[in-house]
Amino acid sequence: MNTPAILKRRPTYQAARWNEPVIMEMGAPGRRGIHFPPADPDADSLVPPAARRATPPALPELSEPEVFRHYLKLSQMTLGMTGISLFGTCTMKYHSPAAEQAALRPEMQELHPYQHESTLQGALEIIHSLDLILRELSGMDQFVFQAGGGADAAYMNVCVTRGYLAARGELGQRDEIITSIQSHPCSPATAAAGGFKVITLTLDEKGYPSLEQLKAALSPRTAALMINNPDDMGIYNPEIKEWVRLVHEAGALCFYDHANFNGVMGKIRARELGFDSCMFMLHKTFGAPKGGGGPAVGAYGVREHLIPFLPGPIVAKENGAYTLKTGAQSVGKVREFWGNVPQVMKAYAWARAMGAEGIREASDLSVLANNYMDTRLKRIEGLEMSNPHINAWRMEMTRWGLGPLKEQTGVGTFDVQNRMTDYGIDAYWTSHEPWVVPEPFTPEAGEMYGKEDIDAWVDVLAQVCEEARQDPEFVKSAPHNGAVGKLDVSTMDDPAKWATTWRAFKRKWGGA
Amino acid sequence: MTANAPVAHPWMANSVPEIKRQMLEAIGASSIEELYQQIPEDHRYRAPLALPPTLSSEQELKRHLLWTLAKNQDCERNLSFLGAGCWQHHVPAICDELYRRTEWLHSVFGSPSSDHGRNQAWFEFASQLGELVGMEFVGLPVYSWGCALGHAARMASRITGRREILVPRLICPERLSVLRNYCEPSAMRGHSAIVEVGFDAATGRLDLADLRAKISERTAVVYIETPSYLGIIEDQGAEIARIAHGKGALFMAGVDPISLGVLAPPADYGADIVVGTTQTLGVHMNCGGGVGGFIATPDEERFAREYNTLNISIGRTNREGEYAFGLSLFHQSSYGMREEGKDWTGNSVYMWAVVNAVYMALLGPQGFRDVGRLILSRCHAAAKRIATLPGVKVRFPSGFFKEFVVDFTATGRTVAEINDALRAKGIFGGKDLSADFPEFGQSALYCVTEIHTPEDIARLHAALAEVLAR
Repeated sequence: MNTPAILKRRPTYQAARWNEPVIMEMGAPGRRGIHFPPADPDADSLVPPAARRATPPALPELSEPEVFRHYLKLSQMTLGMTGISLFGTCTMKYHSPAAEQAALRPEMQELHPYQHESTLQGALEIIHSLDLILRELSGMDQFVFQAGGGADAAYMNVCVTRGYLAARGELGQRDEIITSIQSHPCSPATAAAGGFKVITLTLDEKGYPSLEQLKAALSPRTAALMINNPDDMGIYNPEIKEWVRLVHEAGALCFYDHANFNGVMGKIRARELGFDSCMFMLHKTFGAPKGGGGPAVGAYGVREHLIPFLPGPIVAKENGAYTLKTGAQSVGKVREFWGNVPQVMKAYAWARAMGAEGIREASDLSVLANNYMDTRLKRIEGLEMSNPHINAWRMEMTRWGLGPLKEQTGVGTFDVQNRMTDYGIDAYWTSHEPWVVPEPFTPEAGEMYGKEDIDAWVDVLAQVCEEARQDPEFVKSAPHNGAVGKLDVSTMDDPAKWATTWRAFKRKWGGA
Repeated sequence: MTANAPVAHPWMANSVPEIKRQMLEAIGASSIEELYQQIPEDHRYRAPLALPPTLSSEQELKRHLLWTLAKNQDCERNLSFLGAGCWQHHVPAICDELYRRTEWLHSVFGSPSSDHGRNQAWFEFASQLGELVGMEFVGLPVYSWGCALGHAARMASRITGRREILVPRLICPERLSVLRNYCEPSAMRGHSAIVEVGFDAATGRLDLADLRAKISERTAVVYIETPSYLGIIEDQGAEIARIAHGKGALFMAGVDPISLGVLAPPADYGADIVVGTTQTLGVHMNCGGGVGGFIATPDEERFAREYNTLNISIGRTNREGEYAFGLSLFHQSSYGMREEGKDWTGNSVYMWAVVNAVYMALLGPQGFRDVGRLILSRCHAAAKRIATLPGVKVRFPSGFFKEFVVDFTATGRTVAEINDALRAKGIFGGKDLSADFPEFGQSALYCVTEIHTPEDIARLHAALAEVLAR
């Protein structure tokens, strides 16, 4: 089948460029954006004198339409997913407006978590239903949704690990958590924040840490393994079952960070691999919108033996009604209430709309798309694939590097990333630190984007590499078509110049 | 197309057999199954997934969701007096309208240029919140007030090298539980102990004698809340700051920013760190899913270099006179330093920060004053009215904002019984405090905000009168 020429067209883009002031500079004294009904004339006297505000906050004074239009313009100067976004490790998905619209109804927005259970049956049913779906996908025995993101779920796992160890009288003795250099930073970071010593395994030539390294790390001090698989370079550790067996033999727990679930949905389950707990990110794999970074949900699931330690409340179904319960050995909370319930509903909607077949097909398509991309990327000069010696199809994403291009032209990954946005391609993900591959980038096509979009993405990358060879300065000074020019990042970490608020900016930059 | 041909899924452009065939051909693979060669066969799960029926038609999905949601009773059709960490306020229409803008709702992160508008909105969130609390350094929000408290307490421990956190006895139990998970247990390295400071039985304010007894050279930070969990305005901030600083400890205040048009900004009474909720700034309760938290401090390196949050700074671009917004102090986060970074960083509630920015811009200085005065008027009117009921008393009858404790002990009825009876009348009574604060007997925490009309208060009064007379 020949693709018509119109579909092979490379995207062009010019961002809205409103030159919009910071809101703190806008408005005029006396202007009002909102009225409230009148208060009692003596309302001020209800505040103890020492606690009264002496001078009004220096907020802008604007009319309602001015505020509205200001933020409309800011939204227009956000590329987001309007173009093509293959932001690796974050699994870009379609966010169904049907689910969003349902979440905006008062039966969701205007619920209070302390309402009586009898008035929350719909919300509890949705939570329980998604729990059952995630149990089926993972083999775990109970999910909770309290964690406000993936890292928060990793911390929840650390807390549950502590609770489990305390119940066995091993808290303090088992004080080490093992992870790998290719695990997401949230695993070592939450382990350390929870008071554990972190042991980080390095990769060997097979692309994952050796069994010998793991064995050397295990000891009576081992509390847990926190690991992802596949990793975000597209490598699956085929020895993971043996890993789990060895960790259990050492008396420790195994936590599966399922951040990279998209390529293996319906193909493997945490239970059959032996894990004690796992985590899914509903704002990634399960189609809840990312919102630039939340409200998010780290869905945390455990096997039977860890249920007593879960943060409460847990939604259960008893005698045909849904109810909230908290275990006697619960470790308490990692966040107030029971999680981002609207996001739980959006994830539930995604899972129902996809269905069992759709979910299996989505992982098929994401793996197919990634290998299709790899095949095309291999033909572009200046790129190198991670683990080039490993001759195997990759999973749903692959780490690539622009090292050769950088050596040849001086153009690095951030330059290419910026220049690609000139074509309406969302800034790609580079890599978590440390960079195992020089000048990295990590595309993840997922199941949503069609072949034309994937081709367009690769075409733009090839074009930018060619531009780098022809005119490196032009690429390094990109973006040229963006809402604003290239940010001078040198001031971001300079105490004399950084300013996270307008008042700091005024003080540090004066009349600048 | 024949009736049995595979049907492409509406959300998956490549779910067309011919396209899959083309892609396989392009890569030289015979089947998609072949692409899973890295996974050993004995790892594979081959059983069919037992999931509920597929609802790939939007009309079926919509009906299912709406019918399920219809099983809820919400606080719009019912009259609710629940607060206690998640509060019902008026959400201006433009907050909802702007939240729904797909450009930023669907964005992942982008670059300072590509997602410039959202980054600017984040800077405007921090800038406006900074004005409300009187601080120059504000991070992007964390998951909740309790999480902000946890991170800030750890920050205080790192800054002072001390390991005790003093908190008021009248702290929100959920926040305290989160704090404990951030600081304890004591068997762990780097743990901090949490020490509760008592309250004045008449006013509910911090017991300064108890504070003086418990503070020591081990104290990293003294934490207060104003308004407190029980709504009490703490007016001894300046003295508490003196006591804390006198022992070399930091002083941290937890606030609800919707009160800051009428209550003093914590910087004015000497707070070093301010934390609080962001939910009251234009975000719906969302069954508790609307919560968010913030951390703010002076812009001094000793504080700034301890933040775990994402921080957005203003800076210049390569175009004359143009500004843009990028990440500041990113390397000190777990993204930069893994376990050596400050706590951890990840997805949070950044979309709500955009909504918060809209809300603060809409209200402006006068709007915050107006809403604060209105909340004061309505909650005090409600408390006075309820206190006229026989056997019912308001435990701390003055100096509160938005929430107050109603003590039903002398009625001989439990809060649970009263709330059951109110619910039958379409009223959600206040949060039952009897389990968390047994010292208050059968008491409930009532929340009255700007959304409650005088008629609502009259209705509550009448309903309570009837329920208690039975």
